[in-house]
Amino acid sequence: MSMGLYEIFLQPFVEFGFMRRALVACVALALGSAPMGTLLVLRRMSLMGDAMAHAVLPGAAIGFALAGFSLPAMGAGGLAAALLVAVLAGWVAQVTTQREDASFAAFYLIALAAGVLIVSTHGSPVDLMHVLFGSILAVDDTALVTVAGVASVTLLVVAAAYRPLLVASVDPGFLRSVGGRERALHFVFLGLVVLNLVAGFQALGTLMAVGLMMLPATAARFWAREVWSLAAMATGIALFSGAGGLLLSYHLQLPSGPAIVLLAGAAYLVSLAAGRHDSLLARRSALHAHRVA
Amino acid sequence: MRRFVTFALALALLGLTLPLRAQTTRPLQVVASFSILADMLREVAGDAAQVHSLVGANADAHVFEPTPADAQRLAQADLVVVNGLHFEGWIDRLVRSSGYRGPVVEASRSIEPRRVGRTADPHAWQSLAHAQRYVENMRAALVAAAPAQAKAIDARAAAYRARITELDASARAAFDAVPREQRRVVSTHDAFGYLGDAYGITFISPRAWNTDSEASAAAVASVIRQVRQHQARALFVENITDRRSIERIAQETGARVGGTLYSDALSQPGAGADTYLRLYAHNVKSIAAALQAVAAR
Repeated sequence: MSMGLYEIFLQPFVEFGFMRRALVACVALALGSAPMGTLLVLRRMSLMGDAMAHAVLPGAAIGFALAGFSLPAMGAGGLAAALLVAVLAGWVAQVTTQREDASFAAFYLIALAAGVLIVSTHGSPVDLMHVLFGSILAVDDTALVTVAGVASVTLLVVAAAYRPLLVASVDPGFLRSVGGRERALHFVFLGLVVLNLVAGFQALGTLMAVGLMMLPATAARFWAREVWSLAAMATGIALFSGAGGLLLSYHLQLPSGPAIVLLAGAAYLVSLAAGRHDSLLARRSALHAHRVA
Repeated sequence: MRRFVTFALALALLGLTLPLRAQTTRPLQVVASFSILADMLREVAGDAAQVHSLVGANADAHVFEPTPADAQRLAQADLVVVNGLHFEGWIDRLVRSSGYRGPVVEASRSIEPRRVGRTADPHAWQSLAHAQRYVENMRAALVAAAPAQAKAIDARAAAYRARITELDASARAAFDAVPREQRRVVSTHDAFGYLGDAYGITFISPRAWNTDSEASAAAVASVIRQVRQHQARALFVENITDRRSIERIAQETGARVGGTLYSDALSQPGAGADTYLRLYAHNVKSIAAALQAVAAR
């Protein structure tokens, strides 16, 4: 059985509305999450996304306990819980000598345990399993509007505050020395990260959403040096992973969320091996050139 | 000193056996793995036993997390009844860790399961014919555990089996009203294979075998194609799985979403499927109604 390019790349999206919706959701997620991931990597906060994603859980669980399987309620709860964790962690880092990553770890673990507790004591754990893993093939109008809205807000805020965000990323110590407004900016940034994760959990689930945020950003480091080109490269890789993952899921009968994130993972590994800057290949040829000279 | 230790040990052993002796006066303590089995056991045992279900109503046995209280109930049980056919992957470990030493009875024993590929389909209670076998296995186990109550248990089992036979006849009548080639239903869970085999209904499912696995785009696409191709008009959402994917398929095919079907768990008390027989009657009624609506078009 041979397949033409049309059957491989276009036909699934032409024939099925759910594939088109999933693709649109992936595009929106990539546009919002990849720049956030890039800034997180620049700030050496790569694991923060993971911590935040876990911090979403108790809020989503409370939303579930109050309103049942309602994505808006669970999204709002998750947003509130993750923001609370971010604010508390930031506050501890400011009033004590403990670094922010340590206080973040502490608060997200508390939040995670609280989330598991709430999930176990309030009704069916099954629906929440679907929150952890998401369902990009079942994106409804609400989820689609949320994801697109979050991507738009993210891009607008990044455009408006590009310069200060950049300074803060390159020299985080600078922030601490100048106080007030920059601290507010830091929280705006964390708020955007959380917003993108909550948008992602509607489509991909909390665990997979972090993958689409961080993997393209870390892969982009091997290809680009400027912040803008890093973000553009990361977005490109995220778009490729989203569309490619959906096609893999369609043709090879794989679950779609993991297929998307694993494709992003493959992009990271290829970049690590053969990227333009600092990859294994680049290092080796640089060493070689050095020896020859 | 050694004599003292021996004496203390003997005393401790005696202390351990005392509560066992005391057990003969209280009702039999029976632990069932999930709510449907527990309900059948209550019907058969009546006052002779107190039945506890590990996985409660409206919960999913596939993702069950046992609590220490569950292990404690197991340790104090006189009889444990499970479905078997690998439905409860976790039960062996739980029984072992609880220290329970009594019999573990498989309700599905001596049933020839239907196969899906190479795997046996564990949802055998979705066939009323197999339910008869479940009741018989439970009856035998209960009588063996409480021989003094044998007569009452036998009588209750016979009465219960008569009600199952009656339900089977009414289900058959309901489905016979629909032409066989129109008996096509889409459901989120492939738990209804036995029901389908019994009444000639084809179930199309978008999900892989377990409820915790994520659907692939290929699976969703193939269901949409099948719905279009067979012009299935009825989609069913189960009480325990994600509604989102089935609603997506409904939107895309223009099929309408039927009522809730109950597969692996009873509903909360009062919600229309709070006993096994009510659950089964509810499923039959919902499916038959949806199919008859299609036939009427």
